[in-house]
Amino acid sequence: MKLSAPLTFGLIACILLVSAPHAEHLPLWVSAVCAALLAWRAYLTWGGYPLPARWLLLGITIACVLAIAITFRTLFGREAGVALLILLATLKLLELKAVRDATVLVYLSCFIIITNFFYSQSIPTALFMLFTLLVIMATWVHMQTGALALRPRLRIAVVLLLQAIPLSLIIFVLFPRVQGPLWGMPQDAYATSGLSDNMAPGSMSKLSLSDAVAFRVTFADQAPAREQMYWRGPVLWDYDGMTWTRGRNATLRGPTLTDTSMPVEYTVTLEPHNKRWLFALDMPAKLSIPAELAPDFQLLSRAPVNARTRYTANSFLSYRANPEEQPQQLQRALALPPGYNPQSRQLAAEWRAQSDSPEAVVRTALAYFNQQGFVYTLEPPLLGLNGVDEFMFGTKQGFCEHYAGSFVVLMRAAGIPARVVTGYQGGEYNDLGGYHIIRQADAHAWAEVWLRERGWVRVDPTAAISPARIQSGLSSALPDNSALPFMARNPPQWLRGLRLNWDTLANQWNQWVLGYNTERQFAFLTRMGMEDITWQKMALNMLAGVAVLVGVFTLLMLRRLATRKTDAVQAAWLKVCRKLAKAGLPRAPHEGPMDYAARIAAAHPDLAADIYDIAARYASLRYGGETEQEGLAAFKDAVRTFKL
Amino acid sequence: MNPTLNKVIAQTEQVILGKPRQIRLALTCLLARGHLLIEDLPGVGKTTLAHVLAKTLGLQFQRIQFTSDMLPSDILGVSIYQRDSGEFKFHAGPIFAQMILADEVNRATPKTQSALLEAMEEHQVTSEGETRPLPVPFFVIATQNPTNQIGTFPLPESQLDRFLMRIQLGYPDAQAERGLLAGIERRDLIANLKPQMETAELMALQQQVRQVLVSPALLDYVQAILRHTRESARYVHGLSPRAGLSLLAAARAWALLDGRNAAIPEDIQAVLPGVASHRLQSVQDVHTSDGDKLARELIEAVAIP
Repeated sequence: MKLSAPLTFGLIACILLVSAPHAEHLPLWVSAVCAALLAWRAYLTWGGYPLPARWLLLGITIACVLAIAITFRTLFGREAGVALLILLATLKLLELKAVRDATVLVYLSCFIIITNFFYSQSIPTALFMLFTLLVIMATWVHMQTGALALRPRLRIAVVLLLQAIPLSLIIFVLFPRVQGPLWGMPQDAYATSGLSDNMAPGSMSKLSLSDAVAFRVTFADQAPAREQMYWRGPVLWDYDGMTWTRGRNATLRGPTLTDTSMPVEYTVTLEPHNKRWLFALDMPAKLSIPAELAPDFQLLSRAPVNARTRYTANSFLSYRANPEEQPQQLQRALALPPGYNPQSRQLAAEWRAQSDSPEAVVRTALAYFNQQGFVYTLEPPLLGLNGVDEFMFGTKQGFCEHYAGSFVVLMRAAGIPARVVTGYQGGEYNDLGGYHIIRQADAHAWAEVWLRERGWVRVDPTAAISPARIQSGLSSALPDNSALPFMARNPPQWLRGLRLNWDTLANQWNQWVLGYNTERQFAFLTRMGMEDITWQKMALNMLAGVAVLVGVFTLLMLRRLATRKTDAVQAAWLKVCRKLAKAGLPRAPHEGPMDYAARIAAAHPDLAADIYDIAARYASLRYGGETEQEGLAAFKDAVRTFKL
Repeated sequence: MNPTLNKVIAQTEQVILGKPRQIRLALTCLLARGHLLIEDLPGVGKTTLAHVLAKTLGLQFQRIQFTSDMLPSDILGVSIYQRDSGEFKFHAGPIFAQMILADEVNRATPKTQSALLEAMEEHQVTSEGETRPLPVPFFVIATQNPTNQIGTFPLPESQLDRFLMRIQLGYPDAQAERGLLAGIERRDLIANLKPQMETAELMALQQQVRQVLVSPALLDYVQAILRHTRESARYVHGLSPRAGLSLLAAARAWALLDGRNAAIPEDIQAVLPGVASHRLQSVQDVHTSDGDKLARELIEAVAIP
């Protein structure tokens, strides 16, 4: 059977819709070849031309497979697999001959839908895929029902999808979530942006151009003041004159917090960033998921965070951190590369000589930054070999990494142990969802100095230059903020509301759909009243739920069929038809009783009298308005005694 | 079966050879009080059929040959000033007859066509502010050349809808043609035909058609057919409710011709090509749609509930 042009166009649309989102990350040549093949197929259909020869298709296929093998150096894995799948599906369109091929393509389209979720699981992607699924279903219905107009076809597809909703809900809620490689996403599934484990001039300002969400935080009680919100990330110790790096901790002894007060509890939903560190407010004390608290109070997860992660943390805003510090650690916190930045060292030595305590040196340094005409800017001039000297005495323009880095160098030169801490500062409050959004644009660097008795104390030199950055965010600290990402500037109120609404929705989606993991599943099911949850129990419940649903649908359908068949006259007539069908003379669905009788009589003259009698009785009962009782009995008798 | 109807059919078949189905459909149309459109090539016997039916049923007969320069008054009639009485007197046009043969109706301009079609619909003629009823019964057989011939104004769909049925005669088969060629001149045959029926009898039969029973099961079938034409992608438009009513009326008449007092699905199927073919248009080939083929496909596509 030849496939009709509308059906072929439907299939082309299916393949186009499922592969279009892949164009974003596939090599350009794959998208181009797919587009060309689809256009070619559409042209052939439109003009009613014959399909290309088999040898030509075979040649193209081999060329495509070879090209993929060369581009990706493999035929397996996510990228190569998706590219191969899409190319082959498109090629399949070109050898579309029978209904069987169309069926294969419809199933293939459904499968390719899944591959789109390897790359994005956002709400727009899900909505787009839902629309695509509707088109696929409509095409499938088209294939099954033949000449049905578009509107009834769409209606059937919508009804089918609606019927699938309860089924998929049951499976979504109850399907046992097993954490492990089988169910997890591929390691490289996420595009990453975020803090890295080193800091050089320019690295922070580059990050602050990104609008992307780093994590979201819900506070259990009152949120702390904005200037208290220092989200601690990688702590950087080692300096080579240009770049700050984490180095290796010289001790295995865990950190100690004493004299703590002002506790806060909050839940963080961290976007995947493919690095090990987790973020918490200064200073973290407790975490709900297994993680290592390094001696410098840095939180490290056991494995790189490559899935959205939720954890609850407890912090103390007032503390004494490691008042007793290991000598080796203090030694690290004083190390400076020899020979660099002589002027700054000189300046620090002078301060040290004039002051009677380390605290006084810190105050002097901050006052120096504040009073010597330093400027806070996203676009500082480039610095050379003696970066700190050039910055301190030359350009005097910098972003947070310049201030934090220079401050630590000055402190170390003055003999005060100091280190750089990177992380995020502040965050935007979403009053619709009741949570804070921390974006990459909130990335920040500050310093910590170790003072006897007081331990590690946070000092933020940026606050000395630009207090606005800490109190109300980046946009108010930068007069000319045109380079900033759109949302970090001050957008109109309605736009901000829209954006926050959307973020609230995305947050719910993250929490309840994407983040519905084992833990959430157990919590949800317990709240629903299920006890002693095991995965076997969930699986059984799921099967039972599916069975009940299918049962309900079946009953509904049977009842619909039954109301059609309760007619006794019709039932008896269908019985005769069945008898004759067994003898190889089935009634065509559109064949009336008298026509059928005539055909039977022609084929079996011996039956003529009987079948004419039965047909006449049937016609008179069903169409002639004969009162049922006696006529029906006689008709039933005639049917019973009818034999071939 | 009604013996009079039998005689009518027998006499018609003597003149129109080898077309029993078309004769029955024409009679069905008449009994159902509908008008008939015959579409075919010139010379296949359209006019003869109309003439024979009129003669056999004992109806006044008028033939109107449509031409492109015809005016509505040529059909309806016109008032002429009478010098001796000083008044206008209405001279009835050819439409005031019981059976009208509107020959080659698609040769006339749309204005003239619509004058005829309005008369068909209203069973009365309004001319110069005065309304005059047409004779009873009133039956129009219009013939039409295939629309792709030159010099024709094809009837628009809305006016095609006024005809209960459209039939095609087609060439006779070899045997019938032989009889036609070897037999007596048709004109002489017609001249000798005797009426087989009184007008009152015909009207009684028309009344009887309305009494033919239509069961709910049959209505289900008709609705299934209508629904299919509306949902299917094969047709430009689905059948209208009026088409559904026409289908039932024709099926009743067909059942009566068959001597039954209840309509069955076969009746619907028998009249469906005549009733539906000029109301359906295939999506695929808009210009040369074979209406009968479409109707047969329609029959086969809808299961009898």
